[in-house]
Formats: sequence, structure tokens, C-alpha cells
Amino acid sequence: MSAAETTPQAVTLQAEGSVARRQAWSRTSRWLLLAATLLGLVVLLILGIDNAIVGIPSLDWDFLSNYPSRFAERAGIRSSILGSVWVLVFTVIFAIPVAVGAAVWMEEFAPQNAILTTVRLNIANLAGVPSIIYGILGLAVFVRLMELGPSILAGALTLALMILPMTVITSVEAINQVAPSIREGSLALGATRWQTVWNHVLPGAMPGILTGTILAVARAAGETAALIMIGAFTFIAFDPSLSFGGLLDSFTTLPIQVYNWTIRPQPEFRANAAAGIIVLMVAVIGLNALALVVRDRLRRN
Amino acid sequence: MALASPPDGADLARALRKRPFRRPGENLIVVALVLCAAVSILTTFAIIYVLFSDAIGFFREVSFWHFFNPGNEWQTLFNPRSFGVWELVLGTINVTLWSMVIALPLGLAAAVYLSEYAHVQTRRFLKPLLELLAGVPTVVYAYFALTFISDDVLLPLLGGNVSFFNSLSASIMLGLMILPIIASVSEDAMASVPRDLREAAYGLGATRLEVAFRVVFPAAISGIMAAILLAIARVIGETMIVAVAAGSTPNLSLSPLESIQTMTGYMLQVALGDAARGTTDYTSLFAVGALLFLMTFVLNVAAQVIVRRFREAYE
Repeated sequence: MSAAETTPQAVTLQAEGSVARRQAWSRTSRWLLLAATLLGLVVLLILGIDNAIVGIPSLDWDFLSNYPSRFAERAGIRSSILGSVWVLVFTVIFAIPVAVGAAVWMEEFAPQNAILTTVRLNIANLAGVPSIIYGILGLAVFVRLMELGPSILAGALTLALMILPMTVITSVEAINQVAPSIREGSLALGATRWQTVWNHVLPGAMPGILTGTILAVARAAGETAALIMIGAFTFIAFDPSLSFGGLLDSFTTLPIQVYNWTIRPQPEFRANAAAGIIVLMVAVIGLNALALVVRDRLRRN
Repeated sequence: MALASPPDGADLARALRKRPFRRPGENLIVVALVLCAAVSILTTFAIIYVLFSDAIGFFREVSFWHFFNPGNEWQTLFNPRSFGVWELVLGTINVTLWSMVIALPLGLAAAVYLSEYAHVQTRRFLKPLLELLAGVPTVVYAYFALTFISDDVLLPLLGGNVSFFNSLSASIMLGLMILPIIASVSEDAMASVPRDLREAAYGLGATRLEVAFRVVFPAAISGIMAAILLAIARVIGETMIVAVAAGSTPNLSLSPLESIQTMTGYMLQVALGDAARGTTDYTSLFAVGALLFLMTFVLNVAAQVIVRRFREAYE
């Protein structure tokens, strides 16, 4: 509940002296604070427009369908888009079942004791671990120990661990939103706890879980440092093959390609980076918008 | 068979306990769910093991005192090499300082506006837009910092006073990135300040500005502190922006105009290079990583403790 709804309308008395001054300050403060709130967005908007001016001329079918190249005008994002999609698909496949499983256990089955508290605290802390640390973990465990190399599989597992805490937290919240009466009704009719969870709690929590998943994918889609850490900063001029063996192919992703073009000294690559950023931002903003739409639509039902 | 007497409470409890709450196989499902939850615990152990086992290898080569001695520089490129981590830590403190100078006033102003001034509909519209600032991939901010902020704005504006790679361009973008964290965590804290406090102040003739800054703001100060700690944790863990725009020269300086290197910037540099496994270059990655992990861990725990305290205060 905000003050805006609860405070009485300004009394129309003519104030004088210090009172008038204080009221004038208060009126001015509204606009100053609004300006400060909007400033960050305005800066982002200016950067976005500037970026569009630089990037749009390079953004054509060739750019989308070409492999990277050392010639700026021939370089494209084919392998990085395919790599991004492929890695993200497997990230979701690995992360979401585990996240929802953990959330269901925490909310529906776990005994209310120190173990549950520890798991909760642990997940809150994992959510704050920097992505580059997940990259080191992926490098040591998936790339080196399990000998997966800097592969799609290693990348997806690393990103899955990275988004796991976030998706557990949103899933827990979604399960929490399901009314206790629904559970009690189901149990009273003789359903087992798992039947109750599967048939009533999870369907009710689905909008929240879906929203959280989409936001997590948006975050993983923009992740760069963790993937560079596992060794994905490579030149890829082939499509990932659609087989289980293809999971062990090396890969690149769109943010890594943008990074690659950003750090090149030749100015002609700047337009490529800008065009790559347009594609990346369309995907990220699209995913964020989709999450909002999903939440609103499913909540209404 | 006839009921001898109506069942009492103890009978009912016994009957309920016998009832098959779990069908055959459901125990297996619960075991699977426990395993899912165990993945998070395992992840924590794996992170700690990976970081600290190789960090110990590093400290066999380089003494603890050498690593933490503020007098030593961080110089790993040519002999004699030197691993004084303080230069990297100060680089991290440098960008943290300047990004907070940018994000703190703007983020708190946004929090006050959204919580105390904005109409419900305005807030519903503005909040997701602000959140978008945190959703922009950091590599995009990195590109903006280098090409727009540094190349197109700072260099023409400040000329020779600023180096091409500088902490200010990175800090401005880091500031944008953490603005929504400060704004939304602080706003949550302000929104949970009880209405009575505001109404009492209005009743005494306070203006909206006075209520916001003299009543709500102090009452929400612990939540605001937590927001600041979370934002700092995000900044010190952020890699791409500082690696691209802030430079790669370890530098004992808090100046925003110089080229510096942060802990994360160094880690990315090692990852991009070809340090062989087992070399000091390679293990230094884990030593710096372990220090970074400890720093973010302390900040996150402190933020959680503060949030819990202040929730208790009003609930």
C-alpha cells in the first residue's frame, strides 16, 4: 500500500511563509525524483538509439546466415545464434526439473527443521555467487574432471547450475501462492500427497514457474563470462549437429560473438558488434515481455 | 463386526497414520525430490572444493603474506613476477566506489518516488521498465562503456586527462546495471513501513517530501543498507563490463580516469590466455576466485541478516 493512495488530497488553504516554502519544495521534489527515476532509462534509450544507428546498416540476411569471418563485412552470427539456442535448450532441460523438484520438496515434503533452513539459506547464497565463479566450477568439474571439453554439454550444465538458485526461488514463490484450501480439499478427498502436488499444486503454480523459467533463460542468454571461463571463446564455422554426439561439439554464443567483435581494434567490427547487440536485445526484451504476458494471462485464468 | 464405541481422538490418529498417504512408488518420488534439493548443497560444496583446493596449490608457490601484502604489486607477465592481490582488490573497490556514486542517488530517488509519490498505475508501468536495466546482458553494457561512453563521450570531453580504458566508463554502466537492485530492494523496505507512521506525520502537518525523507527513509534504513550490500556484491562479481572497458593494468588508484584491473577482469584474462594447468598463472585464478567468492559471500549473508532483522521489526 503506497502513500499515494492513502494520503488525503492537499487542502486548498493559502499557506504562507515557511509553510508555503515547504509545500513548494515538496511539489518540486515530485518532479526531481521522477526525473532521477527516468534518468537511467533515458540513458539506456539514448544508447539503444545510437546503437541502432550504428548497427542497423549491417543487419541483413547475410549477417544472420554467415559464419564469423576475419573480414568484418562478411562476418555473421549463424554459428553463434545456433550455439545460443542449442545451449539454452539443454540448460532448460537440465535446470527446470531439478529446480521444480527442489522447490516441491522444500514446500510440500520437507520436515520443518534445520535441514530445510540450511537448504533455504544455501540457495539464497548461491543466487548471489558471481557468474564467473560458476564458470570456474564448470571448467574444473565439467570440462576437466568429466572430460566434456568446452562443449555444448559442459556449457549447458554450467548455465543450468547458474540459473538453478533463481529458478528454485521463483518456483518456491509460485508454489507458495497456491491456496492451502486446494491442498486440503484434495487431501480430504483421499488423494495422496504426491497426487495432490501433481494434480493441483503444480498446475496452480505453473504460471509462476513458467515466468521464472523465461526470466532465467533471458539471463542465461546474455551470459558471457561463465562460458568464456569454460573455454567457449572460439572460432566456430560449423552448425552444431543434431545428435547426442553433437552435444560434445564446441560452440560459441551470441554474447561471446559480440564480445569478440567489441574487443577487436579494427573499427569496422564495431558495426558488427552493434548489429549483434540488436539481435541479442530483441531476444532478451522479447523474453522479458513474454514473461510479463504469461504471468498476466495465466493469472487471469 | 460392530463398533464397540464411537472412535475417540487416539483411534482417529491411529487410523490416519495407517491410511496410505503414499501409494507404492511415492517414496521413490520423494527420494528424487530430495536429490533435486541436494543438488544445490552439492553445488556449494563443489564451488568451495574447486576454488580452495587449487588456491591451496597457489599458496604453496606464493606465500600468504606476499599475496595480501599491500606493498606488492600484481605483475604476472614477466619475471620477477609478483602476486600482490591488493592491486586487483583496489581495482574492484575503485569501480564499486564510482558505480555507487552513480547508482545510489538515482536508485534511492527512484525508490522514494515509486514508494511515496507514484500513482499505483505509474508504478506498475515504471517498475518493469526499471527492472529491464538489470536484464540487459552485461556484454552489451561492456560494449556501450567502451565505444559510446569512453570513445564518444569521455575522450572528446576530457581529452588527455582520461585514458582510453578507464574505470569511469565501466562504473557508469555498472551503475545503470545495479540501479534496479537498489531501487527495488529499497522500495520494498519503504513499502513495508507501517502506514501509521506516515499518517501521524501528515497529521502533524508534514509535507510529502518531509514524510518521505524524514519518516519513511529512516524507518526503512536497514532495508536500504541491505540493498546497498546486494548491489556491491553484484558489482564486485561483474566481469564483462570491467574486463572490456576498465583496462587490464593493475593499478593502485581510486581515480576514475585511469586504467585499472579488477579481480574479475584478471580472472577473465587468465581464462582467455593459455595458462597451462598447474602453473602459478593457472592456480592464481583460483586464489583470486576464492577471495572473490568470500567477499560476495560475506556481503550476501550480511544483506540477508539485515533484511531478516528489519522484517521482524515490523511484522
